[in-house]
This record gives sequence, C-alpha cells and structure tokens, in this order.
Amino acid sequence: MAETIKIRAKSTDDIVTVKVLVTHPMETGTRKDSRTNKLVPAHFIKEIKAEAHGKVVFHANTGAGVARNPYFAFKFKGASPGDSIKISWIDNQGNVDSREAVIK
Amino acid sequence: MTLSSICTRYDYVYCVLRFYEVDIMSLTRRTVIKNTAVAGLAAMVGLPKLLLAAWPENAFKAKSMEDALTALLGTTESEQGDIVIKAPEIAENGAVVPITVTSNIANTESISIIVPHNPQPLVASFDLKDSEPFVSVRIKMAKTSDIVALVKSGDQLFKTAKEVKVTIGGCGG
Repeated sequence: MAETIKIRAKSTDDIVTVKVLVTHPMETGTRKDSRTNKLVPAHFIKEIKAEAHGKVVFHANTGAGVARNPYFAFKFKGASPGDSIKISWIDNQGNVDSREAVIK
Repeated sequence: MTLSSICTRYDYVYCVLRFYEVDIMSLTRRTVIKNTAVAGLAAMVGLPKLLLAAWPENAFKAKSMEDALTALLGTTESEQGDIVIKAPEIAENGAVVPITVTSNIANTESISIIVPHNPQPLVASFDLKDSEPFVSVRIKMAKTSDIVALVKSGDQLFKTAKEVKVTIGGCGG
C-alpha cells in the first residue's frame, strides 16, 4: 500500500502540535455508486492512535461521520524536538497502516 | 474505580474491554488473572488484539444521539460546559466540515463529537487523557444541524452545541 499517512509534528513551548492527514475513502455504506446503482460497502477508519516514547498519547474511535481523507490535529506534552512519534490506524475491513515522523 | 462499579453503568462487554484498556498499565498480570471476568475475556479476544478491540460498535451504529450517548458513555445527562467549538457558520459542502474543539474543563478525559441529524450521529470519540484538551477534525454533515461536543471529566459530562448550516449534504445524498 502506498503511504497513507502524512504527519507534521512541531514542538512549541513544551507542547507538541501534531497534524495528521490520512488517505482513506471513509465510505459510510449508505452511498450508491452512480454507475452500478449498488451500495458502496462501508469502509472507514475505526481507530487512530499516536505513540511517543512507547506510550499512547492520543487515541480516537472514529466512525463513518469523519470526512474522506481524514485530518486530525491534537496537542500533547512530554516530548521534545528530535523525538519520534508513531501514528497508526485500523479500518473496519482490517486494513492497517502506521508511520513514524520526527518532531520538529 | 473498580470494575464492578463502572460495569453497572456500561454495556458489560464493552465496559470490561474499556476497563482493561484503561487500566492495563496499572494492573499486574496476577491481578488480571484473579479477576475472572477480565481474564476470561482476555483469553477470548487475545491479548495483542485487545487494544484495538474496544471500538464501541453499538455507539457508532446508534441512530439517535441519545442511543449513541448511552452506548458510549452510559448516560445522557450532561451540563453546559466551557467548551469552545470552532466551526463555519455555513458549510457549503457537508462532506467536509472542519471543526476544532477546545475544552476549558479541568481533567478532560475525552471529547466526543456528535451530529444529531446525521444518519449515524456519533462521529468520533477522542481519548485525551494523555494529551491537551484540544482536537481538530474534518467531519461529514448530512444537513443543517447542531454539532455537539461532549467532554467527559471524571464522572461528569459537559456539552456545548453549535449550529452549522449546510447547503450540500455529505452523507450519501
């Protein structure tokens, strides 16, 4: 699978702001394909989490109400520039992906 | 907080998972095994999958805000709280509505975002025990509706709502 996660993590005044962009269709399962007239099966991210220093610093349960190609931003304390942060997600069809980035 | 005290309030299976996930760091292996309910469940689900097994399916499948809240948090009672929702007054495209929620409530444990008029009202629930009480996300809105942000702090639930007018819906329309 191609890279699905883009991460920007920046530390200012002890607080790290993380912006995450995931490439994902986020299908609700109620939309019809306009050509085949059949329902497009549900396909959405269920959980996304961030780990720094081996500890989960952010975790979200998400449903199909999150927009396509989801964007998440959050802030946490306890990491400094140069540390790495790992983002991972799992969707309702069992696909997973994860990526690490360095905090600036 | 003990298992039995919270399990009276939550859907039991989800609650046990939830409890286990929350306290997994503080529990030693021995106390886990002592607690038959948790141990039985852990054996069923398998330890490595457990962290990802707690997705509250009932809450996300709920068709009304009340059902979603009951399934997710065990209660629908909430007070008005000091929560700031930043969202556009008018969203031209309901498929992508950028919102930012900041909680000024001490000890914010989680922020849940609900759009009552969506077919599946619960959008997302963020566990923020180890992060700042801030979250930004882009959501879908089927039609003009309030966006409700709920903050859990200890045993209390706080909420704030903000209306967003939607000109083109974003849920399958």
